Amino acid sequence: MNILDYMRDNFIILDGGMGTLLQDAGLKPGELPERWNVTHPEEIIRIQKSYFDAGSNVVLANTFGANCLKFDDEELTQLINAAFDNARRAKAESTGKQEKFVALDIGPLGRLLKPYGDYEFEDAVSAYAKTVRIGAAAGADLVFIETMNDSYDTKAALLAVKENCDLPVFVSNAYGSDGKLMTGASPAAMVAMLEGMHADAIGANCSLGPDQLIGVMEEYLEYASVPVLIKPNAGLPRDEGGKTVYDVYPPEFSEAIKKLMEKGVRIAGGCCGTTPDYIKAVAEKAATLKPVPVTDKNRSLISSYTHVVEFGPSPILIGERINPTGKKRFQQALRESDIDYILGEGLKQADAGVQVLDVNVGLPEIDEPAMIERVAKELQAVTDLPLQLDTSDPVAMERGLRCYNGKAMVNSVNGKEEVMEAVFPLVAKYGGFVVALTLDEGGIPESAKERVRIAEKIIKKASEYGISKKNLIFDPLAMTISADTKAALATIEAVHEIRHGLGVNTSLGVSNVSFGLPSRNIITSTFFALTLEQGLSAAIMNPYSYEMMNVYHAFKALHDLDANCTEYIEYAQNLPAQVPAGSQSAGAASGTQGAGSTQGPGGKPAVSPLQNAIIRGLKEQAGNITRELLKENAPLDIVQQEVIPALDIVGKDFEEKKVYLPQLLMAAEASKEAFEEIKKEMAKSADGGGPKRCSFVIATVHGDIHDIGKNIVKLILENYGFDVHDLGKDVPEQTVVDKVVELHAPIVGLSALMTTTVPAMEETIRLLREQAPWAKVTVGGAVMTQEYADRIGADKYCRDAMETVRYAEEVEKSL
Amino acid sequence: MKEFIEKLRTGSLTGDERIIPIYCEYDEPDINRSEVLRYAGFPASVLRAKGKGKKDDSFCEVPTDEELAKRLDEVIGLAKGQFIYRLSYACAVLGRDDEGYPVLPFKQHSDDLKKNLENCRGVIILAATVGAGIDRLIRRYERTGPATGLLLQGMGAERVETLVDAFNDEVNRTCDAMGMKAHPRYSPGYGDLPITVQPDLLKLLEAEKRLGITLNASYMMSPSKSVTAVIGIS
Repeated sequence: MNILDYMRDNFIILDGGMGTLLQDAGLKPGELPERWNVTHPEEIIRIQKSYFDAGSNVVLANTFGANCLKFDDEELTQLINAAFDNARRAKAESTGKQEKFVALDIGPLGRLLKPYGDYEFEDAVSAYAKTVRIGAAAGADLVFIETMNDSYDTKAALLAVKENCDLPVFVSNAYGSDGKLMTGASPAAMVAMLEGMHADAIGANCSLGPDQLIGVMEEYLEYASVPVLIKPNAGLPRDEGGKTVYDVYPPEFSEAIKKLMEKGVRIAGGCCGTTPDYIKAVAEKAATLKPVPVTDKNRSLISSYTHVVEFGPSPILIGERINPTGKKRFQQALRESDIDYILGEGLKQADAGVQVLDVNVGLPEIDEPAMIERVAKELQAVTDLPLQLDTSDPVAMERGLRCYNGKAMVNSVNGKEEVMEAVFPLVAKYGGFVVALTLDEGGIPESAKERVRIAEKIIKKASEYGISKKNLIFDPLAMTISADTKAALATIEAVHEIRHGLGVNTSLGVSNVSFGLPSRNIITSTFFALTLEQGLSAAIMNPYSYEMMNVYHAFKALHDLDANCTEYIEYAQNLPAQVPAGSQSAGAASGTQGAGSTQGPGGKPAVSPLQNAIIRGLKEQAGNITRELLKENAPLDIVQQEVIPALDIVGKDFEEKKVYLPQLLMAAEASKEAFEEIKKEMAKSADGGGPKRCSFVIATVHGDIHDIGKNIVKLILENYGFDVHDLGKDVPEQTVVDKVVELHAPIVGLSALMTTTVPAMEETIRLLREQAPWAKVTVGGAVMTQEYADRIGADKYCRDAMETVRYAEEVEKSL
Repeated sequence: MKEFIEKLRTGSLTGDERIIPIYCEYDEPDINRSEVLRYAGFPASVLRAKGKGKKDDSFCEVPTDEELAKRLDEVIGLAKGQFIYRLSYACAVLGRDDEGYPVLPFKQHSDDLKKNLENCRGVIILAATVGAGIDRLIRRYERTGPATGLLLQGMGAERVETLVDAFNDEVNRTCDAMGMKAHPRYSPGYGDLPITVQPDLLKLLEAEKRLGITLNASYMMSPSKSVTAVIGIS
């Protein structure tokens, strides 16, 4: 019998702990348990048989750590095959009468994935894939992914299973006492991602006892539309006279499981510290209960690697600013791969209060698939907001969906057959919540009725791919009223019909409605209010617009979506005193008061307001004053006469130890703010950026993942106007050389924090001497000393960022 | 731990005992602002100009820089609730090889550790972490707001050191009460004790499963604000 068929009407009893029983049988600390499949098969069979005898429906083959990071291919195959031979013997010899299955057990690789660790997502997928292929060939009935404490690692494992076999797959995560995974994911976030990728059962194991997991289980049961599993520890371990003892015993353990089964848990077993006695008790309790049916919870969810955003109950704001359309400065950032600028746009919108970030990086001369992957990964390293991947290129869409940590929002599909056939298979494979535009081969229908008809067509087609309507959100398209004054009415009606007639979520890019009219914000925000009243679930919008944010907060307060009006009051209290009517930008409203002080630190001679703002590290003021100055001064004059002298003052104070690193960086941040205004101004002119100083290639060497020092040096160099090319961290030797050759860069900065990576630095310098003999090399980092630098053949050792600036200036002069 | 130290004192341990990692969670310790600044690049001499080496907040001079003090407040606010305080430790009898080098449950051959563990009969091996939340925050700010990023780095370092200090104080007190002596804690990476001992040490403490600590290819720990150490007991 297939386990999925059996599971429909029955509880599934899993097995219990393995590790402690193996230790009792003589497994030494540090010895790999998987080797016992070959060296001590009788012990493995004995333990597994005792679980089958106790009533387990599923026993996990002894393959938890069987992966290619620990074993070579030959041994891996041998160990997994032996594991299944053993488990099958245990099954055959058991006297238990229940249905019995053997699962391929997959635990974490033990390497944390980027960005927090150094392991590549795709490498993890490949590593898991090897184990999956061997296990499937060895005759596994299902795959059991367990004890995963990172959502990205979980995705890698599940993807490997889906791509390499057709077996049912259960996925179980290890939660901390804060109810989150080690890397931050909530149970709901895991539900969203794992269901999207079609896991057959999901839940939690290890780390805690059954009572401490109640909260986690309740969250699973609230969101999950697939069976929920639990495999907890026998409480917490403690040392009692040289023996590990767990503090929950079979009667209490099985009672706790029983309570969870009554709430809806369908699959249960035990993890560390549990034995066949625990499983027997659980099986006996389960036999007295009727399984609670598994129902579709019909929740429209997307997730990041930490949390979910739900569509339906309350309107959701999707920030539209990561998009090059009509934005010169953003286009420039894309062309120059200025990722920091793009990240800045994301973070600013997060601060402005959006719940989702739209990511559109399509520009004709850009490799969009590569860019969307890069931006999605980088954004997920700095913000926990879920992303909406916005592209019309299916290749880019797949790249984005594959690397995304969580369940993404996808923008967009529409009623065209060709588009649906390209997009839906991707959503079916990776999971996703899809924006569907109500247009098709015939264009955008004028009437609401026709748009609803297209929506129905899309729902039908999606269901053929197993995508239910809870994972669709319709955009009935806001058309500009300056072209047709009936346009808004049709959209408003369509929102109502789709939401209330079809029962599906709706979204709009609202700002289009006011195109071509003066004071657009007035029209856009009123339209936003009208559509919200018709049930609009989400808007792709500009969060810097006060009018839009006003409507959003007021709507929630008026619709009983803001308990005690708390959010509204907080919002209102933080509004600037006077918002000019028809203001365009929330960011531009704060004044420049307080910037007039001319007293430098330590009684320095008077400095200008901008210099004062930079020296004191006042970001916002620096930006505002620069904006004012730009009205009357040439951008480059401001740089030469204001910014650089201010940086010199701070730089000198730093060198003289009057200020320290945090203050230097605060000044750098403030000057960056000033530069950002200047760049914006210059992007408007034809030459795009103006002259730059010489190029400077900077990298943390191969094997080293520390880049805080390097990032500081980079920032200060940029402030001084150098054309810095940052290759990041852990950069292969030849990559550095290639970039230097490509740019004919006169200067290279290499950073190493650990003694173990100095040889990589030496090798990089050697290759540079061979292939780029013109380049001067400066080195730095925690382990560097003048002596070290001399020994590995660097031109210069720079102690800190300011010394690097001085050296770069020196090199530039000598060119 | 108490039992172990007591048995060390009476000499009733054979060295054949199974080594069992014990897992604990701590409440949030108070924040020491001057330590945060020290880890963020302020020299101790500046911070302690008035306090003469005491680890105390009251004499921290830096807040005279109003903007910095404000930023530090912001950072402390940002990081609030981002920490967990987890620690795993194991007690082991200390053996000696023929040359007098300490024999521990993880392989090493270090002159400096040998010196540190002189006259010791047992050791407490520990791993501690304040979790990945702070790494996420650092990641977020180090590129877009590097001063904030730097202060977060400082705060993470201060947090994990304070956690280990709290545990170390417990060890010291327990030893004192029994007339034993705890030696200064010693970590891989100090002196000639290489960080290549980390895999064995972490495995021994079940650090991946209990604490979520993993190593990368160059033996660095994730979460980055994690500490491993050995405390000798004589």
